[in-house]
Amino acid sequence: MNPVQSHVLTRAEILGYGALGLIAFLGLWSFLSLSGVVPHQFLPAPHEVAARFVALTSNPFAGATLQQHLASSALRFAYGFLLGAAIGIPLGLLMGWFRVLDEIVTPLFDALRFVAPIAWVPFAALWFGTGIGGPILIIFAGAFPPCLINAYRGARFVSRPLIEAAQMLGTGNLRIIVEVLLPASTASIVAGLRVSAGLGWQSLIGAELIVASTGVGFMMVQAQLDISTTTVMSAMIAIGLVGVVIDVALRALEAAVRRRGLA
Amino acid sequence: MAAISFDAVQKSFARSGKSFLAVDRIDLVIADKEFVAIVGPSGCGKTTCLRMVAGFESPSAGTVSVDGRRVTGPGPDRAVVFQQFALFPWKTVHDNIGLGLRNKGVAREERESRIAKAIALMNLQGHETAFPHQLSGGMQQRVAIARAYVLDPDVLLMDEPFGSLDAQTRITMQEELVRLARLNPRTVLFITHSVEEAVYLADRVVVMSRRPGRLKEVIDVRSVRVAEKWDRIERIEDVMDHESFIHWRTHIWRSLREEKEEV
Repeated sequence: MNPVQSHVLTRAEILGYGALGLIAFLGLWSFLSLSGVVPHQFLPAPHEVAARFVALTSNPFAGATLQQHLASSALRFAYGFLLGAAIGIPLGLLMGWFRVLDEIVTPLFDALRFVAPIAWVPFAALWFGTGIGGPILIIFAGAFPPCLINAYRGARFVSRPLIEAAQMLGTGNLRIIVEVLLPASTASIVAGLRVSAGLGWQSLIGAELIVASTGVGFMMVQAQLDISTTTVMSAMIAIGLVGVVIDVALRALEAAVRRRGLA
Repeated sequence: MAAISFDAVQKSFARSGKSFLAVDRIDLVIADKEFVAIVGPSGCGKTTCLRMVAGFESPSAGTVSVDGRRVTGPGPDRAVVFQQFALFPWKTVHDNIGLGLRNKGVAREERESRIAKAIALMNLQGHETAFPHQLSGGMQQRVAIARAYVLDPDVLLMDEPFGSLDAQTRITMQEELVRLARLNPRTVLFITHSVEEAVYLADRVVVMSRRPGRLKEVIDVRSVRVAEKWDRIERIEDVMDHESFIHWRTHIWRSLREEKEEV
């Protein structure tokens, strides 16, 4: 095996190796499950999970089909993620420009961001309930920090002459933030959004395990109570697939931003 | 009326805990509509002098004032042209030139006519909607000069504006600047490495000593230019062949060389 840098792979090779990994994984899984090395009630076989996955798309489980649970989760995710971006990006840019705000917010922020989003569950439920409010707070707790950090870093590292040029042209603070810091930080902000979406989506599922009456996380808890391992795995696969879709969408956004030369 | 005056100006910087003197005992009065070039060995603090007039740095001792008012920060009455252009990459040529006028609150109609005039003045017609990266270095610097001129500033500060251009473009830009200075005279403080450039463009050439930068010599080129009728000579290379030009060029070169040999 060669080190990473030594060889440029063709597109077919990349796809081939990816498929190889997947096949090896499914093969090992099938072997462990079908051979009885791992008891069947602990590990269902891949084909059983696949069948269950398909069935869940038409037969409701815990009051809704898989798509309906996913839609409910996705909606919560969208609210929490957008809220995180809507507060994190402007606040990060403001902190990057106003030194005093930076000094006020940074210690507080640094202390709070190491509290895992899931740790907010008790208060989220207490303050905002288990419907949509509680989970939104939790996903916000996951999505907000990367938005803030990347907007802040972007704003802090704008080249000095550009800021000086804006100042000598008599540009006011608000206009410097919107027309200089924001466009100069676009690449950093979009990279932050990607991290933010990943963390947010992970946090949301965690939150739904505890506070929710619909959603993929809720579905998993119900399946656990039913001891339906195939349902739990179907939900895990759905979570992974949606996560990939979110990431691909944001990667496309990142590429589009780079193409426009805003980096 | 003195447009720019340095009064016993001293500037020191802190670097890794130690403070070092960058410029010392600068006393210089630049008259209204006068073109003054500063030359000096690298690191002599000539750019620091310009940055103090721009308001990007403040003197450690003494005062820098423009039109009798002490400089306290950057502003559109003192437009700066930077060596690396410092154009906003996400703004078109038109919007780069227009930003300062928008900041001043100039009404749209007047703004457009002034932008159009600046574009015509710098021969940028047809490039209004181009982005800076689509233009050559020379064109970008024309945009930066247009962006400064459009504000109708009292003072124009040029920090090695042609330093990053190739030799041919540089000559074209020098000729353009002479044309501009005749058409629309301004008080100009011009920093350069090039002795020829200084002698060709300036009314007075200031030679600075090596660090800490002090005024070594101030040479009145204007009287020579008027006496020898350089103005009647169209092309820069013909001026450069002129005996009086060679005399001053050599004189300044010697003066600079003394500074280098003392190191």
